[in-house]
Amino acid sequence: MENENKKIIELIDLTRIFEDGLIAVDNVNLYVRKGEFVTFLGPSGCGKSTTLRMIAGFDKPTKGKILLNGEDISDLPPNLRPINTVFQRYALFPHLNVYDNIAFGLKLQKQKVTYEKADGTTFTKTEKLSKREISEKVAKVLKMVDLEGFEKRSVSTLSGGQQQRVAIARAIVNEPQILLLDEPLGALDLKMRKDMQLELKEMHKKLGITFIYVTHDQEEALTMSDTIVVMQDGVIQQVGTPTDIYNEPKNSFVANFIGESNIFSGTSLGDKKVKFIGKEFDCLDDFPKNENVDVVVRPEDVIFTDIGKGKVEGKIISSIFKGVHYEMVMKVGKTEVIIQNTEERKVGETVCIDIKPDGIHLMHKEFSSNKYDGYITKKNTVCFGDGEFECDVTKLYPNSTLDEEGYLITDNGEKIDLTDVDVNVEVGLKDIEISDDENAGGAVGNIISIIYKGDHYQLIVRTDENEEYFVVDTEDTWNENDRVSVIIKPEKIKLTLKTENHR
Amino acid sequence: MNTQDKVIGREKLIAEKAPKKSLFAFSRKQLGIPYGVFLALFVILPLFLILYYAFTSKTGSFTFANFIDFFSNPTSVSNLFLSLLIAFVTTALCLLIAYPVAYILSKMKAKRGTVLLLLFIMPMWINFVLRALAMKEVMTLMGIFAKDDFFNFFNTIVGMVYDFLPFMIMPLYTTLIKTDKSLLEASYDLGATKAQTFRKITLPLSVPGIISGAMMVFLPSMSAYVISDTFGNGKITIIGKLIEEQFGTGANWNAGSAIAIVMLIVMFVTMLLTGGFKNETNVRGTAL
Amino acid sequence: MKKFLSLFYIFLVLAFIYVPILVLIVYSFTGSVIIGNWTGFSFELYAKLFTEERIRNMIISTVLLAVGAGILSTILGTMGAIGIYYSKGKFGKIIKGSSSISVINAEIVTGISLALVFSLITFGKTYFSLIIGHMVLCTPFVVLSVTPKLKQMDSSLYEAALDLGASPTKALFKVVIPEILPGIFSGFMLAITLSLDDYIITVFTKPETFDTISTYVYNAVKNQAKSELPALRALSAVIFLIMVIVVVIMNIRANKKVAKEAR
Repeated sequence: MENENKKIIELIDLTRIFEDGLIAVDNVNLYVRKGEFVTFLGPSGCGKSTTLRMIAGFDKPTKGKILLNGEDISDLPPNLRPINTVFQRYALFPHLNVYDNIAFGLKLQKQKVTYEKADGTTFTKTEKLSKREISEKVAKVLKMVDLEGFEKRSVSTLSGGQQQRVAIARAIVNEPQILLLDEPLGALDLKMRKDMQLELKEMHKKLGITFIYVTHDQEEALTMSDTIVVMQDGVIQQVGTPTDIYNEPKNSFVANFIGESNIFSGTSLGDKKVKFIGKEFDCLDDFPKNENVDVVVRPEDVIFTDIGKGKVEGKIISSIFKGVHYEMVMKVGKTEVIIQNTEERKVGETVCIDIKPDGIHLMHKEFSSNKYDGYITKKNTVCFGDGEFECDVTKLYPNSTLDEEGYLITDNGEKIDLTDVDVNVEVGLKDIEISDDENAGGAVGNIISIIYKGDHYQLIVRTDENEEYFVVDTEDTWNENDRVSVIIKPEKIKLTLKTENHR
Repeated sequence: MNTQDKVIGREKLIAEKAPKKSLFAFSRKQLGIPYGVFLALFVILPLFLILYYAFTSKTGSFTFANFIDFFSNPTSVSNLFLSLLIAFVTTALCLLIAYPVAYILSKMKAKRGTVLLLLFIMPMWINFVLRALAMKEVMTLMGIFAKDDFFNFFNTIVGMVYDFLPFMIMPLYTTLIKTDKSLLEASYDLGATKAQTFRKITLPLSVPGIISGAMMVFLPSMSAYVISDTFGNGKITIIGKLIEEQFGTGANWNAGSAIAIVMLIVMFVTMLLTGGFKNETNVRGTAL
Repeated sequence: MKKFLSLFYIFLVLAFIYVPILVLIVYSFTGSVIIGNWTGFSFELYAKLFTEERIRNMIISTVLLAVGAGILSTILGTMGAIGIYYSKGKFGKIIKGSSSISVINAEIVTGISLALVFSLITFGKTYFSLIIGHMVLCTPFVVLSVTPKLKQMDSSLYEAALDLGASPTKALFKVVIPEILPGIFSGFMLAITLSLDDYIITVFTKPETFDTISTYVYNAVKNQAKSELPALRALSAVIFLIMVIVVVIMNIRANKKVAKEAR
């Protein structure tokens, strides 16, 4: 039992910064237990593949360590690591047939063989695997992946699913301590993918090898894994079992990424009570009174009640049949609630709903305002977040005014040159407007994330140069990767002087 | 191995530590070093030597005289223009003849097209001096060899076209065959006729092929003096020949180097004007 | 009608290219010195290919030079292409640039520049300078034909080999080289073609007493010494025959492959 809990691999402060300055993996700390099926889950570019590549040895960490069974392997080249990989596009060697592809690693392997002489003494020799041993192992693994008799086939004549199996066989035949799988099912069609998911899970049970699996498909992660590691922007967002991650997402990113969910802005009332969409609900999370919270409600946890018996009444504005259930959207005032139910309610119908306490999950609100370090320019504008904005510098000193030359005259008549003065900048989420006219605002960037919060969207705009973030609450619809400029009205920019700032 | 020895245990060998760097361990990048050294020694250094010789006199002192001599001599200047004219006419003719060939071949069934393409390339394997001589004999038989000045020029052009035609066909064919068929279908779909589709889609898309083909003909035809000697009846002197003379009978390396520099500048300007530097569709024999 | 016109045009251009070659072949079966003067059918010229020592030596040295320069260029060029492809930095760009300079450069300039270099290095024009000259001519083209194969190769193949326990050197020889082999082979063929056909660079780098077919023929024409030229018509005919056989074999093999894949 003790063996089962042993950490087989441990990532310590693991960081990878690419040559162009992009931080792909940011200070990741994580361990994986022996025999576990761990999945790195996240959108593309979240750093999951880079983390995997560092474990395999293809990428060197910029900072941090990778421990295998407690030993640092950061400097060990990939060919000496007892870790094998199933690649995204299989990476089968086109010039070799199925047998030679699978035997590739075996032919390079060395083993310590202990002999017993006739007189009872023993000695040990380092040997390569014999032809017979190799062919036995290949035959065994081919049987395991259901490809008996395919030895002589050229890999280019195989279907995608068969190539996939060869790729898996080629890796597991080496009996690695860890098997890495980099989105291995991405190229297969839905039906095949489902079958392979079950087979992989089966294989994991049978082999007892640690599996580290990378995918962007949340359903795949939920089906297969013992543990899921959700990543975004190179940072681990949450680690937990599939049920934990689904039922108790730590933040709105995880909630939104794993399955569909309603995320509402709410206020905790203390004593396991919370108020959102204008009503009070019982819940299981105990949060301090009057704290602003995000409330996650899974669409299947919204239940219909008879009119008057539930908490909220609203009108159905859309209904789509999804195979097993209907997905409906109900409008309550300005807020939209997504509901999944096997029972259909027609568009236009007035319905009443309720949510049980175990269907409500509270999260601390991540952002209440954007905060930046900035400085004042010659023209009395302020630079922050990779942009330059008009502002009211007279707010820095009470009752001050500006003279014609742009100097600030304070209440007691002192004349101050504000150029290059460092300031703290604070901008509320609702005080930022965005525009697709790149010249309209003070900073320009791309929308990198959109989360629907019931009655509005919360977007994150990331600038190019220093990757500054603007978190924006808006009711307008935007798309991810839209290129936008950020507009902030001068009166909405709150400036305060940095304390040690009188040069 | 002693057959009486019994195997009682096997264990996979796993490296625990990184091995010491072997002397022979090399990264893939370093494989380029020998070639880099080779290029430095036999391509870059020689070019600098030409530059050095071009700006020095026989005694080794710095001078512009080699260039002044070249440009003040009416014969050499007229030879320069003659080479440019020959190169230009050759290129234009090659393009005119080769484009339809490449176009027709690219429209054929893939296998038939490649076989026919091979037919155009195969003659390159027979020594070109021999082929040129044979062409000259054919011309003599036809009675158009060495009749007058016009025919000296005309025959030189025929010889050049004969020699360089495959170099024009190949890049054109490789670009045309790569043209996405759905683009043509899209054009028809949007109401264009076949001629309009050719003019507005096929032709613009094949420009890289045209440029690289033109480079492969224009530049070498300025130095292909074997052809001008063979077909020009001794009356046609191109710039390549001038350089050769300075290095051979003339034994004036400095003057020869200066002419080489003039030629390099002409080539450089041509490349610049046609965008040949940016052109990625290369080049001689990529279809071979 | 349109199809007929196209084929007719192709036929016309092919005729332009092949008439001189056919004339060469026809007149390889007569002993006459001048083409156009048929002196009766004979295999005299073919016999000369084997009996006349000068011709034999010239053919052998041309082929040896081409094969030697071809092999060396292929090795150097393949290494160069791999080096350029995998070094993203300045070093790769500089080599790539210099390599394309020698592709664009006029042969006459390459020739004289090498003559200058070898006049400075005291040993002058030797077999060494000749081989180097031909390598300067051929290697960039090997690089050009290997590079696309490297680009086409799935970049994770090399990593897969390392992952399965191959050292970087082994991964190179067991995976990368086999993958780009077609490019290496066509580079080699191209190198041989270029070397066989070269006149200018050979003239400027060869030792005085050495002759390839190109230099021999050209000098013979220049010096009006045509006595040995006719035998080369026979040589052309032989080369042409070999060419035809190669193309036919390639064709048959391609057909078989298509048939096999169709099954």
